[in-house]
Formats: sequence, structure tokens, C-alpha cells
Amino acid sequence: MTTFLRDTATVFTREITPSIREPMGLLFDMGQPLLFLFLFGSLLDGAVGSTWQWFVPGILVMMCLSGPMAAGYTLLVDLIGGSMERMLVSPMNRTAMLVGRTMKTMVVLLAQAVLIIVLALPLGFQLHPAGVLAGLAMLVALGVGLGALSFVLAIKSAPDGTLFYIVTQVLLFPLLLLSGVLLPMDAGPGWLRVIGNLNPITYIVDAQRALFAGDLTNLSVLYGTAATLVVAVGGLVLGNRAMRQGV
Amino acid sequence: MIHTRGLTRVFKVKKQTVEAVRGIDLDVETGQLVAFLGPNGAGKSTTLRMLTTLLPPTSGTATVAGHDVAREPAKVRARIGYVGQKNGAGENFRARDELVVQGRAYGLTTAQARERADELLDLLDLGPLAQRKPGTLSGGQRRRLDIALGLIHRPELLFLDEPSTGLDPQSRADIWTHILRLREAYGTTLFLTTHYLEEADSMAERVVIIDNGRIIADGTAAKLKNDLAGDQITITTNTAQEAETAARIGEATAEGTTVRLRVPNAAAALPEYLRTLEAAGVKVATAETSRPTLDDVFLALTGRSLTDDDIPA
Repeated sequence: MTTFLRDTATVFTREITPSIREPMGLLFDMGQPLLFLFLFGSLLDGAVGSTWQWFVPGILVMMCLSGPMAAGYTLLVDLIGGSMERMLVSPMNRTAMLVGRTMKTMVVLLAQAVLIIVLALPLGFQLHPAGVLAGLAMLVALGVGLGALSFVLAIKSAPDGTLFYIVTQVLLFPLLLLSGVLLPMDAGPGWLRVIGNLNPITYIVDAQRALFAGDLTNLSVLYGTAATLVVAVGGLVLGNRAMRQGV
Repeated sequence: MIHTRGLTRVFKVKKQTVEAVRGIDLDVETGQLVAFLGPNGAGKSTTLRMLTTLLPPTSGTATVAGHDVAREPAKVRARIGYVGQKNGAGENFRARDELVVQGRAYGLTTAQARERADELLDLLDLGPLAQRKPGTLSGGQRRRLDIALGLIHRPELLFLDEPSTGLDPQSRADIWTHILRLREAYGTTLFLTTHYLEEADSMAERVVIIDNGRIIADGTAAKLKNDLAGDQITITTNTAQEAETAARIGEATAEGTTVRLRVPNAAAALPEYLRTLEAAGVKVATAETSRPTLDDVFLALTGRSLTDDDIPA
């Protein structure tokens, strides 16, 4: 166990060091969510009025989808190069390699989420502390699951990575559009709402909106938590198995 | 240091079974420098991946640095170093940071890892490049960094997969200087694969040739060449007819006006051959002897040339 903790710390330190050395990179990674927040969000606010409370949680979920995907990408780069192989020859714990990387994704995600919330405050976003904390916890759990799934995808895609690019490019945007992150799904036609209801992200977005509005007992929170747990547990189980099977 | 018995690895590719390594028996003693030679797809890297615990053997056993690779992979990993075909340092990380991570991966404390990292940066002349990322290094510098990563825990046994492939001659010579210096200083057992015949020939004290998943020759380069290929005498004559006669006498075949024949000791055989030819009325224009190369050995064993299909990836 002690070696597991030490190895997790080693992997975490390795992964976080470039971000600490070049913190501006974290801001660049946030480019898309920030653009949506300020440009699309302002547009929406102007058109519909007082939408920040509704829009910001969606942006956080959006970030939570793209961040962990990028984490898989860093693993893919290590797999295509020789650095993953180098670590697999070392006595480091296999699960620690996954957990350390996931922790890094988590920390970055949390930092970025807090930054988005802080930036949204002057726009008129209202803070409900308990809801925000619960919302962030759910985001982190989702991020862990998605990060692990993204690692599995990266491992399955090596050595050329084609599968990874195809899945992330093809999956990410429809998942976002069909979750009502940008515009309410209620406005769409019936068939779109049906598809939206099949998308686990929809439930998480709804739950986030309820939480950030301070409505902790809303039924959607329950559904969102369930969807998050499915993603998190599924991701960790698959990720651990992929890592242990060898790369 | 390495003992394998019947080491075999089978891959299933699209429902077809491919036997990459077929029953390898190999014993490498402590302190040896062994070159593992063979064409692409011969099973070199697969064997290396099994010996370094990256790939479980399908059957057979391998004991590396005192421990079985299948039963106690963690103990094997702690004792061996590995320099893979690809660059070991991550693209997004600084050279020294990666060395420190590597040290911690092998159980050093952060302080020990830092000290060791600086030591290795010095040893491999990488000091000024400590804060650089791999992308900004030359091929030779990246390779030296890979070797530094493989040495962080002072392994008793170091595996190197194609350590000099893709480098210019200057960098190749430089890498070899470092490898040999290392061996001199620490007595590290070295097991390496290579494409370059002349490298295996001049550097390794033992050459193991693998083809089609099997070891087909094993010994010092000199012994392999003597036993399996022999020296070569090349003479040219003025006319093709004389060459025919010379070939018949030497029990060889002529190509135009050139005759090549294999003999155990060319320097001793040449004067005798020339006297015989003169007596037969053949006028020899030029004559030379050459020592065989490892490629000749491979050719003698398989009927194919190693260099034919052996283009570095």
C-alpha cells in the first residue's frame, strides 16, 4: 500500500509539473469554455435574459467532458512515444499509474471550474455555497470516470491513435449538443428530446443546474448522481483492467 | 544473469497464429556484452519484451537477474534497466524532471533521485540540456537521455533495443563510447539488439543470431565467422575463359572475370592457389583476401543476406 501511495504521488507529480511550470497552459486549455461563457453566454443573456444561473453549470459540464478527453490524449502521446513503456518496465504499481493521472485531471478540472465560477460572478451569477460544493463534487466524480474511460480508449487506440481521434471527435460534440448544455432541450422537437433523454450527460447537466441554483433536493440531482456514478465506477473498473492487462 | 528455456511467444493476428519466438534457450553470464542480431520480424524485440516483463511468454521460462519473469515480474523490474526502441522521455517534460520521476519510480527518495539525475546528466554529457524538453534535443542527445533513464537505479543488467538506430555515424560512435565506458566502470551486463552488423562485430563479445523466432548461431563474432563463413579470396583475370579455369581449380564459380572462393585461412591459401593457377597457365591480374563479415555468416546459415530486407524502421 505504501508503494501504491508513493507511486501514485510520483505519477501525479510528473503529470502536474508541466502545468505548474507553465500555468498559462491551463488557461489555454480553457479557451473553448471561456469563449462559450463570454461570447455565447452574453448573447444568450441578451436574447433571453438572466440566463447565467442556467448557463454556467452547462459550461462546467462541457469543460468536464473536454478536459478528461485531453487527459487520454496525454496518455496516448506517452503510449505512442516510449515513455509509457519505460514506466511499465519500472516496478511502479500499474493502478497507481492510472490513479496518479486521474488525480492530476481532477485537480486541473477543479481549478478550472473554480476559475469559471469566479469569472461568472461579476456577470450576475449567484453563489449558493452548498450547491456549488455538491456540484463540484459531482463534476470531479464525472471527470474521474470520463478520464479513466479516455485512458481505456487511448490504450485501445495505441499505437496509431486513430480510434482515439475518431471517437473523441465524433462523440464529444453530439454529446454536448444533445445534453442541452447550450440551449434548453425543451425547445427542440420530440425526437430530439427522446435522444436527449438517452444521453447520460443530460441528467448530469440538469442536476448541475439544480445544484447551482441551490435546489439540493430536486429529483434531477438524484438522477444526475446516479448517471455520474455509472460513468465513474464503469470508468475506473475498465481503466484498471486495461492498465493491468498490460499495454 | 539471463536463463531461458523453451521461451515461446505466439500472437493471434486475425485468427491466424503467428509464432514470433519459437523455443529459445539462452544463457547469459554476468558481465557479458551480448548482441542480439537478426532481420526485422525475426523475434528480437518480442524476445526482449518477454525478458523485460513487458510481454508474458506463451510457454517456456525465463529467469532474469535471478527471478522468473512470469512469477516475479516486480523483482525482475527492480533489477533491470531498459532502453527501448522509442524515446523514453515524455515530450512534454524536461529532461531532468523525467530523470527524477524515473528515480522515484525505482524507489529512490526525491532527494536521492535529484542527486542521481544530476550525476547521470554529467556522466552522459547532458548537463547543459537538463531543463530542455526532448523535442528540442538532437537524435544523439535524446538517445543519451534514454540511456540515462535506463541507468537511474544502477541496474545489474541493461537491455538496449536498437540503441543506435537512426543516428548519424558520429552520434552512433558517441553512444557506443558511453555504453562501453559504462561497462568498464560498473561491470553492467549488457544485452542489446542491433541492425548494424559492424557494431555487433566490433563491440559485442558474443553474438546471438536469431531468424524466424529461433536462435541459429551463438558465439564470438570471430568464431562464427571462422566456423560458418570462412575467409574469402577474390581474384580477377584478363579473360572470362581464364576465370572459368581458375574457378574450376578453386571449386568455385566465376562471374565474368572475377572468381571468389571461400577458404578457412585466406592468407595461407592464397600463395598456393596462385602457384597452381600459374602452372595451369592462368594469368592473374589482381588478387586479394578478405575476412568474412557477420552478413556472410547469416548468408551461410540462411541463404539470405541480412542487409537485404533489413531497412531500419
